[in-house]
Amino acid sequence: MTRRNWVALAAGAIFLAACGGSGDGDGPAIKPFTPNEPFDPDPYPSTYVAYPNAPVLITNATILDGEGAKIEDGSLLLQDGKVAAIGADLETPEGATVIDASGRWVTPGIIDNHSHLGAYPSPSVSAHQDGNEVSGPVTAEVWVEHGIWPQDPGFDRALAGGVTSLQVLPGSANLFGGRGITLKNVPARTVQGMKFPSAPYTLKMACGENPKRVYGYGNGSFPGGAPFSRMGNMAGYRAAWIKAAEYKRKWDKYSAEGGEMPSRDLELDTLAGVLAGEILVHMHCYRADEMAQIMDLSKEFGYKVTAFHHAVESYKIADKLADYGACSSMWADWWGFKMEAYDGIPENIPMVHNAGACAIVHSDSDIGIQRLNQEAAKAWADGKRVGIDVPIEVAWEWLSLNPAKSLGIEERTGSLKPGKMADVVIWSGNPFSVYTKADQVFIDGALMYDRADNSVRPVRDFELGQPGEGDMK
Amino acid sequence: MIRKLMASAAIVAVAALGASAQTYVVEGKKVWTGTDAGTIENGVVVIRNGTIMSVGPASTSKPEGAEVISAEWVTPGLISAFSRTGIIEVDAEDSTNDAVAALSGFSASLDASDGFNPDDTAVDVSRLGGVTRVAVAPQPSTNLFAGQGFIADTSGAQDTDLTSDAFTFITLGEGGAGLAGGSRPAAWAQLRAAFDDARAYPTRYIAGGEGDVLSRRDAEALAPAARGRQLIVIDARSATDLNAVMDLAESNRNLKFAILGADEGWRVADRLAKLKIPVIVDGFANLPASFSQLAATQENAARLDEAGVQVAIVNLDDSTHLARLMTQIAGNAVANGMDWDDAMKALTVTPASIYGLSGYGILAPGAHADVVAWDGDPLEVTTNADAVFIDGEPQDMTSRQTELRDRYLSLDQTDRPYAYVKP
Repeated sequence: MTRRNWVALAAGAIFLAACGGSGDGDGPAIKPFTPNEPFDPDPYPSTYVAYPNAPVLITNATILDGEGAKIEDGSLLLQDGKVAAIGADLETPEGATVIDASGRWVTPGIIDNHSHLGAYPSPSVSAHQDGNEVSGPVTAEVWVEHGIWPQDPGFDRALAGGVTSLQVLPGSANLFGGRGITLKNVPARTVQGMKFPSAPYTLKMACGENPKRVYGYGNGSFPGGAPFSRMGNMAGYRAAWIKAAEYKRKWDKYSAEGGEMPSRDLELDTLAGVLAGEILVHMHCYRADEMAQIMDLSKEFGYKVTAFHHAVESYKIADKLADYGACSSMWADWWGFKMEAYDGIPENIPMVHNAGACAIVHSDSDIGIQRLNQEAAKAWADGKRVGIDVPIEVAWEWLSLNPAKSLGIEERTGSLKPGKMADVVIWSGNPFSVYTKADQVFIDGALMYDRADNSVRPVRDFELGQPGEGDMK
Repeated sequence: MIRKLMASAAIVAVAALGASAQTYVVEGKKVWTGTDAGTIENGVVVIRNGTIMSVGPASTSKPEGAEVISAEWVTPGLISAFSRTGIIEVDAEDSTNDAVAALSGFSASLDASDGFNPDDTAVDVSRLGGVTRVAVAPQPSTNLFAGQGFIADTSGAQDTDLTSDAFTFITLGEGGAGLAGGSRPAAWAQLRAAFDDARAYPTRYIAGGEGDVLSRRDAEALAPAARGRQLIVIDARSATDLNAVMDLAESNRNLKFAILGADEGWRVADRLAKLKIPVIVDGFANLPASFSQLAATQENAARLDEAGVQVAIVNLDDSTHLARLMTQIAGNAVANGMDWDDAMKALTVTPASIYGLSGYGILAPGAHADVVAWDGDPLEVTTNADAVFIDGEPQDMTSRQTELRDRYLSLDQTDRPYAYVKP
């Protein structure tokens, strides 16, 4: 069994097949399916290709490189869709557009690793509720990309907030909610046209109140079915991992020795992909004690939790999270809406950071995703007030580099290191101010949003012909 | 007016100062008054016995022996124009949620103040965010008529200053359609019939008759609103729904309305201004979240304000635990075109005006001394309230959140486990 069987990566083939401006899927078929593979590991391949981009030189900006450095009066060169150079004084290449960013700030694009855009889109009508396959507590077989409506206007609002990539996750009703997907925040007619090329798949899991509420107490009938309790949650995870391990053993044996091909199981494909280390686990978990149990669970079955999501009690066990090496994806200040959110505090993010653990600002909201910079600013200020003085250039890692790491795309985006994707935001001022807005947003070097130019502000189909079409939102 | 218990250690300490204990001087590099005095550079606010004695420049006379608090900014206490703070501890736990009563037979007579618990942790959190008063509404349960809302301070004291029956809350639009049986016609039929019931109270009920919609108690509770003697806060979002409410207002000129939501208010702003109907908006609403919010934009507050509509800004996303984010939302309204002063008024002067709270929401001689000292621009996301006065009394600035924070900030389990670390 090769790695490729568990994950929808066709090596670099997809990513490198750039053909310039073919947009969201009119290009040539770019993913070969080799007949000697037992099954196609990437049946819904990304068709995203960077849009045409002339070189852009941004000058006189305050630049946060996203890896801890702040450059005053800095310049940034975007070329061929990549960050080409960053520094104090750069030469202007021929044909480059020069943007004078005096008084403005430049950062890597924001990456939200917890969104339900497209799966719970606007308008939030009954026909659009495609984010939770509630039919059972273990639905690792579903893929959220199959429930994403690419016409969700929420993507455009997020773009106006400087979000250049995002992870869309299934909801948290289930113990295993299904596969998540990482998207480039570029409008496309199809989900495939938004898929971040070659990003690893992810698996959404959920702790705590939601699964037991939805299943044990589901549909107004009690008892419903397992799980009723946190005990049932844990038993449910363990039973599934036992099946997955057995499944993986069969396929590994077949891969090594041949013989009769084992039967395929979509649910176990995904779980075995996690056990093979190719699918990243993103787990909704609020309480400190539950996160600790889950870390042990992962050791029991030999996988790794990449990020705990919501993680409102991470501040209580930040040392343990740092030791284990899981990220915490957190809100700045949400708390109190249910018992497992009761101990939320506004200093959670800086306290996690301060313990040397990986801190991420996430939204889980079509409103919050529009101003994640402000969410980070609140947490940053609240940390500072209690003596956790994180430089703003370091705090920006909560918004770009750390979420990129949690999605396995940090070698390609998430900071302004030369060679990385030119996913860049020019802000009207200090992005940690409430009065600052994203002026321009570049994705792979192409200008996808310009606050001052209506022709560079996307409008999805749903909003055409409706009141407010094309308005400044 | 001052009916507060000396509950916290901080307040007891202040009280121990003796005769001057009730006199405070709050200095700010900027003092925003909410009045024609505008923003005073290096201003001074003098508080005595619950009342603001004077507001002026640095040369303002300061009583001897008064405790002096210095801050970057000083403003009136913020007033949340629409909140559920104090009636919900944990939303998802029914046993702690007194906002909604799906199985109650009553509607307009449900009095939210019966559910107010000053010990709710969100009260402290709101106060620490500079919110000193909250207008609290029940959630609709069985029909359009959610019941009676109240105004309370955020002292957290058992004898909180509270005004019940401050307004009646009605839901129209999509929400109302659902509550009334499935359509807007059903909602309007219910609304008209209920108003008739209320206006006929008590006559038709004394005669042994039944209301078409409202029971005797509910008719009694709705009567003041239906007769123009009580404010009606009415939830409506789309331009069409807003026009329908304005039609009602025009044909019933004695009724007093404020509109909640008004996401498409900018489309009918001139008419709202002409009818002098104030709106309570969540400035973050900019998605076509429903077919009633297609034209929602973050510029709504600015456009309404520009048209001369009275605008209050609130956080409707979590009006219970995060009512305090009204400052961030107002800051964003400024970033989207609203005049800064008007955005501040949307958190102070305007809510006071909507609810007829005379002497609140401003810093002026004779006004109630609800005062906040901030460490920066109050609308900025990095700003924090350093001190809060309610009715002239300095407030405890700790909450369950600060205690949790302090426990884990200083966690040292070398000798004993965490539970022995007491902040």
